[in-house]
Amino acid sequence: MIPIWYYAGKRLSAELKSRQVPLLAMAAAFSFVIMMFNLPIPGGSTGHAVGGAIIAIVIGPWASVIAISVALVLQALMFGDGGITAIAANCFNMAVAMPFCAYYIYKFASGDAVITSSRRVIAAAVAGYISLVFAAALTGFEFGIQPLLHIGANGLPLYMPYPLSVAMPAMILEHLAFGFVEAIVTALIFSYIQRTDTSILFGDESRANRNKSNKPATT
Amino acid sequence: MEKIVKNFAKGLVVLIILAPLGLLAVGETFGEWSNEEIHEKLGFVPQGLERLSSLWGAPLADYAFPNDESQTGAITAYILSGILGVAICGGLLYYVGKKIAKN
Repeated sequence: MIPIWYYAGKRLSAELKSRQVPLLAMAAAFSFVIMMFNLPIPGGSTGHAVGGAIIAIVIGPWASVIAISVALVLQALMFGDGGITAIAANCFNMAVAMPFCAYYIYKFASGDAVITSSRRVIAAAVAGYISLVFAAALTGFEFGIQPLLHIGANGLPLYMPYPLSVAMPAMILEHLAFGFVEAIVTALIFSYIQRTDTSILFGDESRANRNKSNKPATT
Repeated sequence: MEKIVKNFAKGLVVLIILAPLGLLAVGETFGEWSNEEIHEKLGFVPQGLERLSSLWGAPLADYAFPNDESQTGAITAYILSGILGVAICGGLLYYVGKKIAKN
């Protein structure tokens, strides 16, 4: 994770505009709070949305890496949530894989649709759904390979005990449900932005800047 | 501050106030079990996990006050955690962001 953070930090310091700073700060704060909303599912387990999709759509995937990582590291250090030995894995799943997955699904599904089109709302929702399930599947995979990698001298697993055949379905099936929450949250915030101020959206601004690099951003 | 940013901030405040709803969910997230919970499930605690679990003591573990089992305590601690989390995450990135941002 360290090279990814390093690169994301470089990208951010090269590209960040002061207008985006409040959004960056708010993205981290939002991600922190949304993960506090634990949702129950049948079977006695819980899970949560991440907010990674809407964050990636608004501030871009590289800035998302930083924003969500900050939230995850704070959770681990201060609240013992996720755990400090799992920071790198958690950040990779939720702060790297998820926003990139979401951003490119959103872009692909949006096509050339105008920024205020309902197609983009659907694209955002789908991006939220798939990216959350994808991050969960990755996490399940990482859990599942633990008993293969780490076996104690007594033959018992050293860390996570469940094999891939248990961990993967557990994580994926649970998050097929939470994915709807992520999708709804993403769609609601996205359509709110559509109705109020689309100039904050990541792609919108960077495209405008690439075409006319010296023209000040329109408000 | 831009209007939309202001409204996002209001939304965050509402989310913090509603956050204790997250306490209603019983049970633990897959893979985030405590040593006791994992012992219940497996009949043993994997050695590596047992060893690592004492590596770090979080000041507000599980978003709760230590030694306070009451419901109001839990709700207060949860909201306080939300405020702290938002203030630290937001504050840190705002400060660093302002330093590195180009106009």
